[in-house]
Amino acid sequence: MNDSTPMHDSRVDLAIIGAGPAGLAAAITASGLGLTVSVLDEGRRPGGQIYRGIEDAPARGEQWMTLLGEDYARGLDLVKRFRASTAQYRPEHSVFDIAPDGGLGILGPDGAHWIEAERVLVATGAMERPVPLPGWTLPGVMGAGAAQTLLKSSALVPGARTVIAGSGPLVYLVARQMQTGGANLVAVLDTTPRANYRRAAPLLARAMLAGNEIRKGLAWRREVKKATPLFRTGVRNVHVEGVDAVEAVSFETGGGRGRVDCELVLLHEGIVPNTQLAMAAEADHDYDELQACWRPRLDAFGRSSAPGILVAGDGGGIAGADLAVEAGHLAALAVAADLERISHAEAVERGAAARAAIERKSALRRFLDTLYRPRDEVLAPSHDDTLVCRCEEVTAGELRQIAAMGCSGPNQAKAFTRCGMGPCQGRMCGLTAAAVLARAGGRSMAEVGHLRIRPPIKPITVGELAALDGVGPPPDAGPLLPTAPDEGTD
Amino acid sequence: MFKRLHDLRTPVSFEFEGETVTAEDGDTVAAALLAHGVRHVRDAVVSGRPRAPYCMIGACFECLVEIDGRPNRQACLTPVRAGMAVRRQSVAGGTPDGGAQ
Repeated sequence: MNDSTPMHDSRVDLAIIGAGPAGLAAAITASGLGLTVSVLDEGRRPGGQIYRGIEDAPARGEQWMTLLGEDYARGLDLVKRFRASTAQYRPEHSVFDIAPDGGLGILGPDGAHWIEAERVLVATGAMERPVPLPGWTLPGVMGAGAAQTLLKSSALVPGARTVIAGSGPLVYLVARQMQTGGANLVAVLDTTPRANYRRAAPLLARAMLAGNEIRKGLAWRREVKKATPLFRTGVRNVHVEGVDAVEAVSFETGGGRGRVDCELVLLHEGIVPNTQLAMAAEADHDYDELQACWRPRLDAFGRSSAPGILVAGDGGGIAGADLAVEAGHLAALAVAADLERISHAEAVERGAAARAAIERKSALRRFLDTLYRPRDEVLAPSHDDTLVCRCEEVTAGELRQIAAMGCSGPNQAKAFTRCGMGPCQGRMCGLTAAAVLARAGGRSMAEVGHLRIRPPIKPITVGELAALDGVGPPPDAGPLLPTAPDEGTD
Repeated sequence: MFKRLHDLRTPVSFEFEGETVTAEDGDTVAAALLAHGVRHVRDAVVSGRPRAPYCMIGACFECLVEIDGRPNRQACLTPVRAGMAVRRQSVAGGTPDGGAQ
């Protein structure tokens, strides 16, 4: 691997976006089959979010590895095999454009470049589902996963009075890691809807056969419950209170309303695919009702509907790190077959074990998705004052107003309200805005649709664009210039 | 708001709003600011209300700061460098050469 070599190929067989488990596994398989591979990643080191900081972890000592757990430690082997492969690695690179012909506009510490790839694998993983509720924009509110990122990458733990509010396996993993690290966790508010337990119960037996994940999760939960002064389940209507920063959290349970003073609130309602690049590539996406998110329509090897574009890992639907490795391997086999380095029959044969592994875990996934499906309040906040679009400060109430005026969907909502037109380009508000409009208009998510994603999908200056080098932008590079606002209507 | 579990091994100093912040080499600007107790990283563009990093993975753009005169830098993706001058972003990015979007 040659991350220190100044010259990278500007034409490769396979460009992989993302150096998490899916991207690394794909790079290892594809380069092993003789393909030229370039891995682009926004991070400084390989591992993605799940294995963030993994290369530096052993030097921090055994206690540190124990704190982060054995699932985390597994990433070390993957990263080592990637480092030993012939894949090129470009850390600290964002992709600001993805063209239908396999061209990628990339932006790194040395400026903007174009590269061309026969195939592009989008392995951009997941992000935490935004949790729009009153007060969620106050400084001192962040994702539980965001706090975990600070732990993995910089060995930071909350030093102030902290509340974790939310649902999903990560809630208990993060809580346990923080308590082990000495954080002052004053409350854990579990928002998993009670009705979900009833729906998930019939799926439990089969899910337990798929692995030890559930036993592990229950053990974390017991430990956290024991170590947390205020532990509540069935929590609803979480509000963050404060003027210029977090001062308290209030909430509702079967026993009435509660309130706890704190300075840091970690929210979490599961993770959703990071679909920005696949949508920018105009791959078809479907709304997954159970996971309550958009996911690209893929074949069994990860090929999307957009020619030459594949998706692997959580970006193609939430399945977790272990299955992301399998999906990355499958996508690399598909690319090798499509580029005629191996036969399609060989790809199917070499991928059989990975497909079986994915199938084995499907019962566990169905259980987790059913148990942790967020309540409607999380998907479409009912308080009119709750901000949906954090960038342009558009509230749920404003979206309901334009729905009443006949607004057809999130793309038209941009023209009415600027919702989704800020720097995050709808990453934070896209799902919520569509859900609020769908609910208000009595329509399905498929009917209201998702935001169209236009390049540049990362901030880039006119100067950086002007200095572009590489194999040259596609002929229709016009819309790249960030001066023209999105047309905004359907 | 956050505390370090380990002592600094390779300290790197930079400035935030003229104040010296010392971080660990390899920290992102956002991590360094949170470890330093900074709660207010940018102003919201419509209301002017204070904002701070939310996602830490480059998705939310709440951590946009000005670094060495360039606005719209994502603090959660930018590693600290000795001597860099970081400022709170208090106007909408979008000047012609300031990296709109």
